[in-house]
Amino acid sequence: MSAETSPLPAGLARRIDHGVFVVLSRLFAISVLVVALAILSPQFLSWGNFANVMRQASVQFLMAAGLTIVVLTGGIDLALGAILGLAACLSASLMSQGHLAWGILAALAVGLAAGSANGLLVTFGRIPPFIATYGMLWIAHGLGYVFMKGEVIYGLPAGFRFIGTGFVLGIPVPVIIAAIVLLALHVMLHGTVLGRAIYAIGGNPGAARLSGMPVRTRLAFVYALCGLLSGFAALVVIARVNAADSGIGEDLLLPAIATVCLGGTSLFGGVGGIAGTAIGAVILALVLNGMNLLGVQTFWQSGVMGAIILVSVLADQVGGSKLVGKST
Amino acid sequence: MSEAALHPQLIRRSATLVWARKAPGAFYLLALMGIVLTIWTPGFFTAANLTNVALQVAVLTIVALGMTLVILTEGIDLSLGPVLGLCGVAASLMVVAGYPLPAAVAAAIGIGGALGLLNGSLVAVAGMPPFIVTLGTFGIAQSIATVLTRGDSVVQLPAYYRWFNDGVFLAIPVPIWATAAAFALTWVLLYETKFGRYVFAIGGNREALKLAGTRVAAYHIGVYVYAGVLTAIASFIMTARMNAAHPTIGVGLEFDAIAAVILGGTSFEKGNGGIAGTIVGALAVGVLRNGLNLLGVGTEWQVACVGVVIITAVGIDSIRALNS
Repeated sequence: MSAETSPLPAGLARRIDHGVFVVLSRLFAISVLVVALAILSPQFLSWGNFANVMRQASVQFLMAAGLTIVVLTGGIDLALGAILGLAACLSASLMSQGHLAWGILAALAVGLAAGSANGLLVTFGRIPPFIATYGMLWIAHGLGYVFMKGEVIYGLPAGFRFIGTGFVLGIPVPVIIAAIVLLALHVMLHGTVLGRAIYAIGGNPGAARLSGMPVRTRLAFVYALCGLLSGFAALVVIARVNAADSGIGEDLLLPAIATVCLGGTSLFGGVGGIAGTAIGAVILALVLNGMNLLGVQTFWQSGVMGAIILVSVLADQVGGSKLVGKST
Repeated sequence: MSEAALHPQLIRRSATLVWARKAPGAFYLLALMGIVLTIWTPGFFTAANLTNVALQVAVLTIVALGMTLVILTEGIDLSLGPVLGLCGVAASLMVVAGYPLPAAVAAAIGIGGALGLLNGSLVAVAGMPPFIVTLGTFGIAQSIATVLTRGDSVVQLPAYYRWFNDGVFLAIPVPIWATAAAFALTWVLLYETKFGRYVFAIGGNREALKLAGTRVAAYHIGVYVYAGVLTAIASFIMTARMNAAHPTIGVGLEFDAIAAVILGGTSFEKGNGGIAGTIVGALAVGVLRNGLNLLGVGTEWQVACVGVVIITAVGIDSIRALNS
């Protein structure tokens, strides 16, 4: 295809090519993983394990959903693991003292407050997102340690644990929650003015500003939403593991970023979507499940996450531009 | 020009005031901490404690020097903390296994350089965002270090290994020599060579370099390699001081290093800044930590404090940039 014969404008053609590459490569990755694990591990193809993978993927998705929207605007939230950890600690502590409603409220409030702080620092403080949220990472992390003093909280109310471990009509509850969040965010991104603004800001911030869009307010909202979703994810996580300690959010940042990268959302902003992140979460859950079934030491986990981030971003960059090169 | 020079506001502006307005935040933080701590805690302004601060700051300064070059190119290296852990673990394992010290040192420097090469290539050649690349290598370095030691510490280092921290040459401790050497080398590289000019140019105006047809990828990669090598050197001092190597020994160090660089007046944009400020910045972070220790503030609060300091520093920096 040369530029003259192509009826599509170059920008749109590029986006479609990027999309095709992302979808094909992810389908390929899923099939390779499924076939390899089915051959290597006899337990893999069982209903119990499938429910396991889907539950893990749902939690993974909830942790990466807010981040996806931040990344779509061309930003990043490095604080999300630490915010999740802080929210989990406060919430678990209140719940173990019998204040269920306050506990739920605390997790959401902590997430919203920390996310709003990120948003204000990035927009009105004019601090680059990765620095503002990196600073916030250590603040939330420090506060979590101060609050917990090295203790671990066990035993949350059985009714509350339902959102992490329960089943409705044979479907794990986290899967249903993730599906609802996916649908809501998908509608927000593709059916509302706000969603279009998010893509516009990520695609070309200068043009977005010149077109009279309230860029700062929209951006601040996106970071606040990401924080709120982190607080919400904290509830599902503690309901699932039935415990919380100050280190609970420590190892969650790399997997969350890996999920977004696997989902094909461009780190430069403006390209990708929440549905991709759901696919990314499934791939990541398959990888984690496979490592577990094959008895790979957990020491390798952060390395595997790092490698996934590098390979998927590199593949999209090289694969995407190869296709673009062909079409122009 | 002459009209501007005659402007009354410009004439009255004294050199001291101009300097005071432009001085990096580290000077103010350092001065403030110095005064407060001298008054508040009798233990601060003693030769023993100040030597202790200098020794503590050595590792941070060496890492921050490399970080300065990376940030000058509008990049960031989040992997330096885990890279320090990995280099320390690798060298210690080799020494404990009976390999000669030079081989262990060379291996660690090779590892630091190789990870820098990976970072630099992905940033400069593949065009990936620096923070995502170095976050990926963060995980990889962390994992390899943990796997090598199975999550434990490497202990029972030979006595001679402690020379990296305890050694004294011409009445000055080895870590101070190492810091001075790293500073001198970085100074020469940055201000006297083509490499240094390209470091500023890559951060300042990459498009112009591209349009001029200058091939800077090799220099851009070199910046990350240099940061990795300096970090490997810092890892020897760190391991010797702890008298053990643990895979998580460096976690959070990249954060202190970024704080030191920013406090030292290097900006995230347009290649503004330099390494002299970084020395003051590293001292400020070191004194802040030391002071919080002396004041009895727990490690957890210290972490949060440095987080607040870094955000405030960058915030003030960007407000200043707006005003000028």
